[in-house]
Formats: sequence, structure tokens, C-alpha cells
Amino acid sequence: MKSKLVLFVLGFLVWLLLSWVPDWQHIIVGVFVAILVAFVVGDLFITHRQVLYHPLRYWYFFACYLPLFLWECFKANIDVAYRVLHPDLPINPGIVKVKTSLRTDTALTFLANSITLTPGTLSVDIDVKSGFLYIHWIDVKAKDVDTATKIIVERFEKILKKIFE
Amino acid sequence: MIDIIGLVFIGVGLAFDVFGVLGLVRLPDVYNRLQAATKAVTLGTCSILFGTFLVVGFCAAGFKAILCMLFLLLTSPVAAHAIARGAHRSGIKLWEKSVVDKYAQDKEGEK
Amino acid sequence: MNDYIGLRRLKWFVGMVFLVGIVSLIILRPLPFLFYPDLPYLGFLGRALYIIILACVLCLYRIWKGPTGADRIVAIDILGIMIVGLCSILTISTGRSWYIDIGIAWALQSFICSLALSKYLEGKDFDD
Repeated sequence: MKSKLVLFVLGFLVWLLLSWVPDWQHIIVGVFVAILVAFVVGDLFITHRQVLYHPLRYWYFFACYLPLFLWECFKANIDVAYRVLHPDLPINPGIVKVKTSLRTDTALTFLANSITLTPGTLSVDIDVKSGFLYIHWIDVKAKDVDTATKIIVERFEKILKKIFE
Repeated sequence: MIDIIGLVFIGVGLAFDVFGVLGLVRLPDVYNRLQAATKAVTLGTCSILFGTFLVVGFCAAGFKAILCMLFLLLTSPVAAHAIARGAHRSGIKLWEKSVVDKYAQDKEGEK
Repeated sequence: MNDYIGLRRLKWFVGMVFLVGIVSLIILRPLPFLFYPDLPYLGFLGRALYIIILACVLCLYRIWKGPTGADRIVAIDILGIMIVGLCSILTISTGRSWYIDIGIAWALQSFICSLALSKYLEGKDFDD
């Protein structure tokens, strides 16, 4: 029930931002649409409720995760520009397997998104039960599981563990 | 002044878009193309939208640009992940000079 | 092998000259941009519009030529993201704020289209 309520408030807020100068008709239609959406998909939205109650987690998200993520994004773009403009195409691709200790769905989704937007890596598949990720790496430096885990996953895993688990 | 900063953001975003599409044309197989193009074009378009927010200012179009930017940052890696998984499951090979394919080895072990 | 590397470098050089030529042509002699000639920054934004259209044309080359179906799907995804940027530039350069609405709707449609096409590529039905 609480998850549905949070989703209702969030959806209504987004509706108000999208219709910038709200009319009465806009507000009434928005309330009905938000109720409909909250009752249809409300149970999927928040599964671990206790995460929301720690203000420290929000602080970690905004102060640690976002600057690291944006900086890695920028480095990734410089890397892509270098590889594309070089005449010999310096790539050495392959699919490697890494191991993670995160278990919840939200944390795994954020980990996969971060891996996709950081330099040289793209997540291909996730095995949720045993915690393996298959990652396409454009410049393979290590083929075995442990070294690849240390290079790719470790810097995000510490922060995401503090935020989502 | 803030308009000039916004226009600089738009220019950087255009450059990254062109590099990403160049990667889409030049690189040799599906996964490499997906990688280069997704990274560069996502950050390029987000930079263009942020520049739009800075130029337009606090009005309806600016906030819609910010919402669109957040939406793109959340969803475009998910789409890339889904396309890569679908391509590998439909049996498209990697480039012939690629080093290792752990995913195909593990799938052969399951069957 | 040596000859092969030389041929590849020649191809790279020709392609770079072609690309830099088109970009400098756009920057130095802008093509006409006819709407609303009294808005600010129109010189920069008109050139930006043509550069992003050039990127879309390169993307269409991959759709036309792609050897497998997955290449075409990747190119369609990238094209969808880039058109959002084009709508955003049109928002500033024409001063009409409903272009960004088209951008948001296009982003949503493009995401759902990519997911559906990847399911199709995987060879399953849509009920998964």
C-alpha cells in the first residue's frame, strides 16, 4: 500500500511538471491517471521498504555516486573518440565474466547501467541467482574472473552496496 | 553569459554525437558498434538537452528538457543491454579477431 | 599484410577528408535556414541543425548497408536518441516550446520500440 502511495505522489508530480501551468481540468485528469497507474504497477515499484528511511543513503547517492558516474561517462566519451578517430582501430574485444555480490534488483540494474556507460564495457547478460555478469569489453586486459572483477566492478560495487542494501 | 555556456554544451554534445555515429559506421561488429554508439550518443544528447535547459531557462520547456535527460540516462543503457542479449542469443558471432567469449562457452555447457 | 595496412590507411584518409570537408562546408557556408529570422543565436543553431542531420544520414547508411538485422536495430535505436536532440535544438531555434513535447514522446516510443525489437531478435513471443 505504501509503495502505491509513493508511486501516486511521484506520478502526480511528474504530471504537474509536464503540464507546466496547471488548469483544473489538467489536475483532475492527472489525479485519475496517477491513481490508475499506481494501482496497476504499484507493487513492482518498491520491494525493500526500509531503504527509503535512511537519509544517509540519499547523501551517498548524490555525493558519491553521481560525481563518479558523470566523470566516468566523460572519460568513456574521450575513450570512444580516441578509438574511433585512430586509423588502425585499436580494439581487442571479447566477452568476459565477472562476479558481483549485490543481490537486489535495483542495485543490479544500477550496476548494469553504470557498467554500460563507463569506458569500454557493455553488460550483455545477468545471472541473478549466482551473481555473474557477462560483459563485452572492447579492450580485454584480463581473461580470468577475479582480475576482471577487480578492474571493472569494484569501484561501483562498494558505493552501491552502501546505497541499496 | 549563461546562454554562452548553454551553447558550449550544445556544441560539445554535437561533437560527441558525430563521433558516436562515426563509430557506428567504422567499427567491425554489432557489439562494438553498440558500445561506441550508445555511450557517445547518450551523453551527447544529454549534453544538448542540458544546454537547452540553460538557454531557455526556468520555464516549461526547460523542465521538460531536464525530465527528458533523466529519462534518457535511465533507459538507453537498458535498451542497449536488451539488444546485446538478443543479438547474442540469436546467434550472431563476434568479430573474428576477438579474444575470448565466456558467454558462449557457458551456454554450451548448459545445453 | 603491409599492402593491406596501406590500403586501410588510404581508406581512413579519404573518409576523414570527406567528413571534414562536409563539416567545414556546413560551418563556413551555412545552408539556408528560413524560419523566424529574428530570433537570437540563429547562425550557430542553423549550423548545429545541419550537423545533426549529417549524423542522421550516416546512421541511415548503417541501416541501409548493415549486414545483419541486429546492426539495423542498433542503428534505429541510435537514430531515435538523436532525433530527441534534434527536437531540442528546434525548440531553441524556433522559439516554440511544443517541439520538446515531441522529443519526450519520441524518447518513450523509441525505448519501447527497442525493447520490442530486441525481443523479436531473441526469437521469443512477446509474453515474456
